[in-house]
Amino acid sequence: MDKQIYMDHAATTPVDPEVLEAMLPLFTNEYGNPSSIHRWGQRADYAITTAREEIAEVLRCEADEIIFTSCGSESDNLALRGIALEARELGKGNHLIVSAIEHPAILRTAQQLQNHHGFDITILPVDQHGLTSPRDLKTVIQPDTFLVSIMYANNEIGVVQPISDLAAITHEHNILFHSDAVQAAGQLPLDVETLGVDLMSVSAHKFYGPKGVGLLYAKRDTLTHSQQTGGSQENGLRAGTQNVPLIVGMATALKIVVARQQNDNSKMKTLRDRLIKAVLETISDSILTGHRTCRLPNNASFAFEGIDGNELIMHLDLLNVAASSGSACKTGNPEPSNVLTALALSPKLSLGSLRLSLGRDTNDSDIEYLQQVLPKVINNMRGTP
Amino acid sequence: MKKDRIAVAMSGGVDSSVAAALLKNQGHDIFGLMLRLWSEPGQDNKGQNRCCSPASVSRARQVAAILDIPFFVIDSRKEFHQNVVQFFIDKYSAGVTPNPCLECNRNIRWGHLMHKALSMGATRIATGHYARIIQNKDKWQLLRGCDNSKDQSYALSMLGQSDLRRTLFPIGSYTKNKIRSLANDFDLPVAQRQDSQDLCFLADKDYRRFMHDYAPESLNPGPIMNTSGETLGQHKGLPLYTIGQRKGIGVSAPEPLYVLSKNQSNNTLIVDKIDKLGKSHLKAKKVNWISGTSTEHKIRAKVQIRYTAKAVGAWIKPIDDNEVEVEFDHQINDITPGQAAVFYQDSVCLGGGIID
Ligand SMILES: Cc1ncc(COP(=O)(O)O)c(C=O)c1O
Repeated sequence: MDKQIYMDHAATTPVDPEVLEAMLPLFTNEYGNPSSIHRWGQRADYAITTAREEIAEVLRCEADEIIFTSCGSESDNLALRGIALEARELGKGNHLIVSAIEHPAILRTAQQLQNHHGFDITILPVDQHGLTSPRDLKTVIQPDTFLVSIMYANNEIGVVQPISDLAAITHEHNILFHSDAVQAAGQLPLDVETLGVDLMSVSAHKFYGPKGVGLLYAKRDTLTHSQQTGGSQENGLRAGTQNVPLIVGMATALKIVVARQQNDNSKMKTLRDRLIKAVLETISDSILTGHRTCRLPNNASFAFEGIDGNELIMHLDLLNVAASSGSACKTGNPEPSNVLTALALSPKLSLGSLRLSLGRDTNDSDIEYLQQVLPKVINNMRGTP
Repeated sequence: MKKDRIAVAMSGGVDSSVAAALLKNQGHDIFGLMLRLWSEPGQDNKGQNRCCSPASVSRARQVAAILDIPFFVIDSRKEFHQNVVQFFIDKYSAGVTPNPCLECNRNIRWGHLMHKALSMGATRIATGHYARIIQNKDKWQLLRGCDNSKDQSYALSMLGQSDLRRTLFPIGSYTKNKIRSLANDFDLPVAQRQDSQDLCFLADKDYRRFMHDYAPESLNPGPIMNTSGETLGQHKGLPLYTIGQRKGIGVSAPEPLYVLSKNQSNNTLIVDKIDKLGKSHLKAKKVNWISGTSTEHKIRAKVQIRYTAKAVGAWIKPIDDNEVEVEFDHQINDITPGQAAVFYQDSVCLGGGIID
């Protein structure tokens, strides 16, 4: 089999073998329900309590401020809906602000709150690099704004927002601040104190943990309304028997990723910068999307004029490279994503986007191979030999 | 890049799935392609073309995963609308009965799809059609599929040498039953759906309603006459009638009446009794000779006038490179302008033209 180059770590990452190891016993011998009173239950409860504490240490928060969920999307939903419900009930306001480049888990949720529940939303625009500005945020805050949600790092173009500045402004107005940190987790500091966030979403499968488990950090007393009702797990904020193995997997993955962070980041950054330089130099009519420096270490995203991003992904797949595109859709419906639209790229560029996201195991030869094939594929697609 | 990569047109159905599995088993380097086609927005079809509904896309994706081959969906909505849907509307408006599947094969499958496949490094495409291709000296020939009841060569009669050279029909020498059992052997999940998705882009099955909605200007009422020139009633617009139609004409008569022809120039629908329906002669235009060269002299062949019709013995006389006259051995019913007349010698398909 030919070499396969996985350059789509922003979509998901492989599970770290050590993480798998940590999870396995919890599928077999240690199968207790953490809510049970007997020793089987106690051992399971101990497992998730330890996981919660380990995670709290990374986030520098209290253990009971962490709510385990089934994924990043659920965390986003819980944050927005939970806070909105409460604001409605307590008359704390009717207006929320989200950025224009949020993940659909935020955008669609906000839209539903607007269309079906009578909330007002303001979509905060970004500049051509995808950055939101604290000054702009100030201007859209209204007397009845109760929540601002701005993602830490963007999934398509990797732009990293000035979270602590943004949060400081909302706090001046006594407004809660939520951040979707799903892409940031694993590569950027998650210290909620320094960031100044009141709520923050994380998903394990982006940092070498298992799929189907996430968490919402919610500062004490900010979130009181659950979305999923039932048993009183997770402080009554998220009903349902906890997925013990996956929660332990998430905690293990987070510990490992934080320990390796500095090394991994600097290695990925070097390779990524080499890739960016090569692409921009060897491929005409190409641009780097997102911000040059405020960007995730593993993200290299581009737009190529006159290229169909959807097809570019297919060509690369046939060359054994896994990549992704904000202009692509697996049902063959090329339309620029909300992110590319928000950057106000020309239509010619916005249909030709490519995201290459590196991982901790990406190496020199992977980047070399890409440097070789990418210009060829693009030229071939453009019909210029 | 590897030599000889093949793109398989996959639909999620049993035929194209087995076609892909057979090629994979023979050791070919293959990948799957599926076309996303335009569809009329509608309730029944949820705005989805029946040839590429979400269920068939996910089925095809599943098959590709089992075979461990890359699989991609290509957006062909614009091309399909331009070349097939608009063609369909134009032809009906002009008073003839088009065959959109043939047009789709010509412009979309052996047009857009072939083009994409080649640009992605394929040297050939494969489809799940019941037809065969053989090389005879320096010529490529199209043959009927071995399963006579499933043969699809009629809708492929517009292919040329450069198409056949780059095409494989892996299931053409099998019967449908054999294909089903092969699917089973290969452990392929296949949808229980109809073979043909005729008029796949309609929201329902009613092309008359479609014409009302999309080309109302083409529907002008006019007289219904019999062959003796007597006016029998009013028709609602010529596009709403097809040759050989009996029901729904809207005139009562002691003996059943059939649509014989549509006279576009004076907007008249000609109907009469069944004995007037038969004809032994037709003219075909836009003739495609699969060999690439037309015949100089008249030739014997069997001619098929619809996808489901039986081929009938006839003489084919060339008028010029693109036109022929067909003289049938006996009268046949339902010769319909706009449909293809396809010529066969034994199981070899010689080509065909559009009935004038
Ligand atoms: C920024 C962002 N938010 C939310 C999500 C959703 O996470 P999950 O896949 O765990 O639901 C993703 C993952 O694609 C993401 O990148």
